[in-house]
Amino acid sequence: MAKESSFKNMVITLLVITLISSALLGGVYELTKDAIAAVKIRKINNGISNVLPAFDNNPSENVHKKFIDGDTVYVYTATKDEKIVGSAVQTFTNTGYGGKIVMMVGFLTNGEINKIDVISHSETPGLGDKIEPKKTDFNVQFNGKNPKDYKLAIRKEGGDVDAMSGSTVSSKAFCDAVARAYKVFREDIMKDQGKWDDVSGATQQKK
Amino acid sequence: MMKKRIQIILRGIFKENPAFVLLLGMCPTLATTSSAINGLSMGLATTFTLMLSNLTISLISKLIPNKVRIPSYIIIIASFVTVIDLLMAGFLPDIHSQLGIFIPLITVNCIVFARAESFASKNGALDSISDGLGIGLGFTLALTALGFVRELLGAYSIFGYKLNGITFLESLPSDGIIIFILAPGAFIALAYLIVLFNMLKNKLIKNN
Repeated sequence: MAKESSFKNMVITLLVITLISSALLGGVYELTKDAIAAVKIRKINNGISNVLPAFDNNPSENVHKKFIDGDTVYVYTATKDEKIVGSAVQTFTNTGYGGKIVMMVGFLTNGEINKIDVISHSETPGLGDKIEPKKTDFNVQFNGKNPKDYKLAIRKEGGDVDAMSGSTVSSKAFCDAVARAYKVFREDIMKDQGKWDDVSGATQQKK
Repeated sequence: MMKKRIQIILRGIFKENPAFVLLLGMCPTLATTSSAINGLSMGLATTFTLMLSNLTISLISKLIPNKVRIPSYIIIIASFVTVIDLLMAGFLPDIHSQLGIFIPLITVNCIVFARAESFASKNGALDSISDGLGIGLGFTLALTALGFVRELLGAYSIFGYKLNGITFLESLPSDGIIIFILAPGAFIALAYLIVLFNMLKNKLIKNN
């Protein structure tokens, strides 16, 4: 039968079990640490190469983070032969029908949208999940547009985006995420690259 | 002895199938079975946890004072689940991101805990491993079957391979009966599978 449940016995038993468990977990953590880190970098690089033209640097080494609207937007800048080919902006929106949507938006240096990929979402299968590029053309209509003269809102609200039928909420959320990406890209990246004047009247007003 | 262990394994798969007969672990059963491969991976991860936790608990249950046995079991189970979670994150990243939160939730899957408390703590090591294997395979079978049916009806595909040319009924939607991928479809499919499984099981038992 089991040992007597005296205070000493109980403390020693739990101590030994927790010690062995933590040693085991520590070992497995060490064993899998590199693999997990590699998977993470591969995922980000895949996401970046889905939305930008070919590049040869490792963009996840040089990340620009911006805290905005209660979460973080990440900007990865890709270069080829030391020349910047564009920036991939990992953006988000909290207004999706199923909550948060995380997306990767690729901008060329002049601010033009190259491609958009959806990283994670919980939209309704068959309706809102058409934001995924492989499912419908909704996503594709953004390609090659420059938000400078392309209003990121659905037509019903005076924008230039064709909403998905039956999924107005998801369509609006998608525009919201792209607009947030563009805002960070324009204010933080284009300015650094000296392209600010081309895009917005903001600096001219300051002059 | 060998015969007894095979019986223990078979009992877990048929007579006491956790999902179809005991109706334990319904949360992962309903939530992770939107495709056959997801159901299969979830089932195998649970099987692995069950075998390890059953083995460990059967070996050390005599050393654990009665009053702290439940916290001890929880620590042991949680540790194994974390090991599996880390291994999957490192080496099977695609399946890991599909199953997401449900891997760490194996910890509180009542099947694992029920087997520890009702079987492993009272039986020997080999019997306990057999029990873990049997119950785990039963769970895997149930999840895979449910995932298979839902994927077939909801996305017209089998283990990820799209079936083309489903045009025998003009009134069917062209890319899947979406409700079967959604939560209500899980309940509907599960109910029919339980009926089917128990009919077959009763027939088998009568014949033997």
